[in-house]
Amino acid sequence: MAHPQQPGADAPPVIEMLGIVKRFPGVVANDGIDLVVLRGEIHALLGENGAGKSTLMNVLFGLYRPDEGVIRVDGKPAAFAGPRQAVGAGLGMVHQHFMLIPRFSVTENVILGAEGNSTLHLDRDAAEQTVGALAEEYGLRVDPRAKLADLPVGMQQRVEILRALYQGSRTLILDEPTALLTPQEVDELYAVLHRLREGGGTIIFITHKLREVAAISDRVTVIRRGKTVGTRITKETTAPELAELMVGREVILRVERPPASPGEPVLVAENLVVTGSRGEPALRGLDLTLRRGEILGICGVEGNGQTELVETLAGLRRPDSGRVRLKDQDVTGQDPIALRRAGLSYIPEDRHNRGLVLDFPLTENVLLGNTEAAAFSRGWRILRGALDAITRRLMRVFDVRAPSPQTHARALSGGNQQKLIIARELHREPDALLAAQPTRGVDVGAIEFVHRQLVRERDQGRGVLLISFDLDEILDLSDRILVLFGGRIVGEFVSGRVSRTELGLRMGGRGEEERGGVAVAD
Amino acid sequence: MGLPSRISGLLPALLSSLAAVTVALLAGAMVIVFTGDDPVEAYRALFSGAFGGRRPIAETLVAATPLICGGLAFAVAAKAGMFNIGIEGQLLVAGLASGLVGAYAWNLPASIYLPLGVLSAMAAGGIWGAIPGVLKARFGSHEVITTIMLNYLAERLINYVISTEERFPVDPRSQSTQPVDPEARLPNLLDGTRLHWGFVLALVAAVVLWYVLFRTTLGYRVRAVGLSRGAAAYAGIPWGRTIVLAMVASGVLAGLAGAGQTLGLQGRHINLSAGYGFTAIAVGLVGRNHPVGVVGAGILFGAITSGATRMQNTAGTSKEIVQVLQGLVILSVAAFAAAGHFRLGQRLSARFGGGSAGRASGNDRSSGVGMGPEIEPQPGPPVL
Repeated sequence: MAHPQQPGADAPPVIEMLGIVKRFPGVVANDGIDLVVLRGEIHALLGENGAGKSTLMNVLFGLYRPDEGVIRVDGKPAAFAGPRQAVGAGLGMVHQHFMLIPRFSVTENVILGAEGNSTLHLDRDAAEQTVGALAEEYGLRVDPRAKLADLPVGMQQRVEILRALYQGSRTLILDEPTALLTPQEVDELYAVLHRLREGGGTIIFITHKLREVAAISDRVTVIRRGKTVGTRITKETTAPELAELMVGREVILRVERPPASPGEPVLVAENLVVTGSRGEPALRGLDLTLRRGEILGICGVEGNGQTELVETLAGLRRPDSGRVRLKDQDVTGQDPIALRRAGLSYIPEDRHNRGLVLDFPLTENVLLGNTEAAAFSRGWRILRGALDAITRRLMRVFDVRAPSPQTHARALSGGNQQKLIIARELHREPDALLAAQPTRGVDVGAIEFVHRQLVRERDQGRGVLLISFDLDEILDLSDRILVLFGGRIVGEFVSGRVSRTELGLRMGGRGEEERGGVAVAD
Repeated sequence: MGLPSRISGLLPALLSSLAAVTVALLAGAMVIVFTGDDPVEAYRALFSGAFGGRRPIAETLVAATPLICGGLAFAVAAKAGMFNIGIEGQLLVAGLASGLVGAYAWNLPASIYLPLGVLSAMAAGGIWGAIPGVLKARFGSHEVITTIMLNYLAERLINYVISTEERFPVDPRSQSTQPVDPEARLPNLLDGTRLHWGFVLALVAAVVLWYVLFRTTLGYRVRAVGLSRGAAAYAGIPWGRTIVLAMVASGVLAGLAGAGQTLGLQGRHINLSAGYGFTAIAVGLVGRNHPVGVVGAGILFGAITSGATRMQNTAGTSKEIVQVLQGLVILSVAAFAAAGHFRLGQRLSARFGGGSAGRASGNDRSSGVGMGPEIEPQPGPPVL
């Protein structure tokens, strides 16, 4: 297992987890996982949602006691009784959803949990200096006095990393760390990780994205359904191989997309002004035109008005001013029922809290938004026979895997839940389709399916508006790309004629001026 | 049409409820032992007091009648995500309304007078239920607070009416309305017992509620709002209007309980709370807010109530033990419901999640990546 970038290859591995089995009643979450992480490497832990990555890390941190298996840290058997002991042994966790207190300053957040022994006295200046020095050392540029809530997401992540370092962690575990970052912030994160590695630190990078494995890791361990299916040296493997390991079958990573032939406009927004939930201006005069037969991608960093845009177009929010037209109708401010009747379908970004009622059976989830449709009800009476038949058909056509139409949506995997939503929304044969984050949190196999469906809808002459934080998804699927920043469209591009870097800069709010040295071009 | 799966869907709930009741009875037996009595004898007396013959069964059903109606009232509100603890107030106001209507002795035939009495009770209960619904829909006032306040308000209102004989047909000395006109009374159902037609009305209400909740788009909307406000909004279901509707339905059902007590059992409204509106909450919980379950739980609680007297008389066990028993049943059912959710959810995901990896974890957006346990007891539908 010699590796050029392994300064400490002779030393015992930092972390050895061998034959880890963790059973929950009825579920085997870890079914014999081996993970060996060497000192000074960036080790990617790759697997789909639900493959058992989080359980494994919870086992490592002592939150779960494994049913079988051996854990060694620095060659010594380790069985932590809880996260504090794991931290004491030099492990640190950077969560996907930051465990930080927004009202606290950077320093206060960093020293949280390690405030020192004197209970009353807190030496703020000394703490700030320590934090500042630490930030300097690893290139984690952040103001120790800034209030956390005022910082962008990328900076907040640095605070999480700083906290782990401050607690003395030499091995960092990052859980899906790029989920909320712009491409530029991702590059900066990579630079920080490289620097940490050069300083002798070890990094476990949890992800389900193949691109990231290639970009950052030295080695990669792939787990599928609770089992380790392979460990590879990153340079010696390929994306298709990893994808196959991860999914268990060959996967088409890029969906076939013949050239589009856009028709007349089907959904038009003019000068939309919308106030967000906290009273802030969310959309400031947004225009867009979606045509039949095209996929219009909207990219942007989370929180730039995507949610408000989709919800306004879907009738869940009223614009302060501006117009929305669907085909020839002015539908500004109409409710979701009227919009559906007029030919709109909507795949919401939040599957669990919007798209489905998790404790309803599949049939009643198919009914969601369709109660007025003649196929489903007569007066007040639900046509249960018809509903059952339609649900069965949709399950077959859209490959929704569930034992019966009466199964509750909660029991389905994320991918199958998403397929059910898509089945319901496409069953209506809409003129325009809003697809918000249609593949967020679904497995690779289902992503492929969803992408194919969107392209198929496009080819049948429907207009598809795709809103996604995943730049690859936007680039793969869109015929035209709009960049959303600060509640406005700040750039329009034709697909295939724009680089990730260019899009990334626009997403970060920069106009024409150039910035060198950060590009990871396609 | 999915009949087997329907039955198998209800079976675990039934078994778990039965197991919970068994556990509660065992725990109750221990309490009885502690008080120095013989639990076997006490339970035998309780059982024969509740089911041992025509009269005891009738008394059980008499006590079950307001509990079933009240339990249904709690259930329909709970289905919409509302925690209606104002059933007591709704019930009392309704009882007063029908008592007054009946006491005016308007010389109407029973075919008009009786429905009028029942409807006045349902209307009064509906109005009393609508108020917290509107307050929540309009101003976001929490229904727990407003329904408690309305319970007090109901009490004061009734005190005022009952003691104002110059204006209302009431008798302040006996703290009740004047007796209800015979034409407005719910007829007796079983000769020689106190069982009245209110029990039949309660069963009819359960069937109607079941049909509306599970077979109509109206009930569908109520349940959707209760389980996921976000998904309901997505579907275009108006939240405010739906919760007001559910609260009106809840009040109407509580009103039916009041009508049964006033027009059926007592023949007048008596200013004395038996606390049925609060026990009804427990009935709703134990019945899992399902009309069928509520009928069962109502009869169970009715039996415990009606068997208590004989238990005290023949076994010498204090009547108060009954309240302990009721408490234990509630506690145990709640515990079983939570545990059942936990295990059932996992069994399901184990069986069906096999083909594809990701599993839904709760209502959060990120599918369980993080330091939190990946598999958690599902919050599920609110137990309350």
